[in-house]
Amino acid sequence: MGWWDTKYTPYLAIAPFFVVFGIFGLYPLLYTAWVSLHDWQLIEGSQGFVGLANFRALFVDPNFWNALGNTVSLFVLSTVPQLVAALGLAALLDRGLRGRAVWRAGVLLPNVISVAAVALVFAQLFGRDFGIVNGVLGVFGVDPVDWRAETWASHLAISSMVVWRWTGYNALIYLAAMQSVPKDMYESALLDGASRWRVFWSITVPSIRPTILFTVIVSTIGGMQLFVEPQLFDPGGTATGTGGADRQFQTLVMYLYEKGFRLFDAGYSSAIAWVLFMLILLVALLNFTLTRRIASKG
Amino acid sequence: MASRVGKAGPVAYAVLVVVLVASIFPLYYSFLIASKDNSALGDAVPSLVPGGNLFENLGRVFDTVDFWLAMQNSLVVAGTVAVGNVVLGTLAGFAFARLRFRGGNSLFLVVVGTSMVPTQLGVIPLYMLMSDLDWYGTLQAVIVPALIGAFSVFWMRQACEESVPFELVEAARVDGCSVLRTFWHVALPAVRPQAAVMGMFTFMTAWNDFFWPLIVLDPNDSPTVQVALSTLASGYYTDYSLMLSGASLAVLPVVGIFLLLARQIVGGIMQGAVKG
Repeated sequence: MGWWDTKYTPYLAIAPFFVVFGIFGLYPLLYTAWVSLHDWQLIEGSQGFVGLANFRALFVDPNFWNALGNTVSLFVLSTVPQLVAALGLAALLDRGLRGRAVWRAGVLLPNVISVAAVALVFAQLFGRDFGIVNGVLGVFGVDPVDWRAETWASHLAISSMVVWRWTGYNALIYLAAMQSVPKDMYESALLDGASRWRVFWSITVPSIRPTILFTVIVSTIGGMQLFVEPQLFDPGGTATGTGGADRQFQTLVMYLYEKGFRLFDAGYSSAIAWVLFMLILLVALLNFTLTRRIASKG
Repeated sequence: MASRVGKAGPVAYAVLVVVLVASIFPLYYSFLIASKDNSALGDAVPSLVPGGNLFENLGRVFDTVDFWLAMQNSLVVAGTVAVGNVVLGTLAGFAFARLRFRGGNSLFLVVVGTSMVPTQLGVIPLYMLMSDLDWYGTLQAVIVPALIGAFSVFWMRQACEESVPFELVEAARVDGCSVLRTFWHVALPAVRPQAAVMGMFTFMTAWNDFFWPLIVLDPNDSPTVQVALSTLASGYYTDYSLMLSGASLAVLPVVGIFLLLARQIVGGIMQGAVKG
């Protein structure tokens, strides 16, 4: 006790976090790089060092480019509407509202539902023959859409799950930031006769810029790693993980899963993981610069 | 807080009602299909009144997969993860908030920084690690990596800064309490409300997890509820009443917790956003 206690116990207290993160977070990520440089079978282990051969094979693999294209398309289709809608929703929630708690809880509800359950429900909603989306479209005279067979349709359906699940969450984050904007800024602007629309763009949005940046980065990281929604969107295809017969909605993480855990090619799968990691860094950086530039113009 | 940017008009309420309905509808729809016979699904726009087949469909879920075992496994996983995060997260959070030690601030920045590391990408070595440990197919393979996380440390540090005054810690120390006793008898009781919310939150997250349990658990042997759901979905033909009965069962505990704690969970997310 005494001297020893004050000096070392704090390190003991924070040790569990660093031990768990080190073993189950950092080590696997770094080891992935090592595995990616080998011909490595998941069960048998390393079959020898091959240098960058996995990466070279990756760059001429049409399935990789297809998965990359799908990932980017799904990422854009889900992130952009989600964040724009969240911004509008937050602005609504920021007004004087009756029953504030109910509205806030209501918009957050989708976020606590498991992705697996959401994916199954949406798989039904977007069914070709019995889905309610086609049913409603039919009422307006639109022919049924085969939501799984067509690339653009499947991307729309999958994005709608992501948007449904995350819009409310982001709205609450924006709302929190909006509420710390000084009230007198609004009052003087309104006194000067600015419209509500103008106030929103000239005061609210620039004031919460750091928060917008934060949500863009977080949803970038999430969007690039999309897996469960597309994986379960095709109920029958869950076992293969190819994202439809022609891989029309296979994402990079799905391809990583297919290569690593269905075809047991751990080396190739690890190469996908590292390319994806680099891409996430790149897109996050790009977003960071873009968002900062756009937001500072406002 | 009443009128910030002006009171909401009828249009604002109308939009919010639409958003609320859109939030709830898929859940209601899931329950709706769960209560119907598969043959009732042929209607172009199905009736929004529940059918009478709910219990029959639920029974089929338990016949198709060992859903009781899956529920039990999920309960063990989510419960242990929640307790682990509360105890270990509070311990670390208390150290960062109320103990002075060399490198404390930079180590805390490291903790926050780790939340940016995409752990999903390390699944191949993680899987190999679990095989080496002989943990494949066991619940500890899902539990141990989730026992503590950056979020819990961050959250509980904030809780300690709010609810554990320096004076209280010093008084305990003067009375001869060791650091660990001070934590147990002074800090932990003071942050009980925040710890409860965080525990529920980590419970929900662990209950909902899918990707890692799918990889490391044997889907035919001892999966969690979420993995069992994917088994329900991968039959020869898509049996929607069966699938959505399972989905309804799987979301029930989480929706229950959410309804109980909605106010605190919403408050927590908004608070974390401002200070983060």
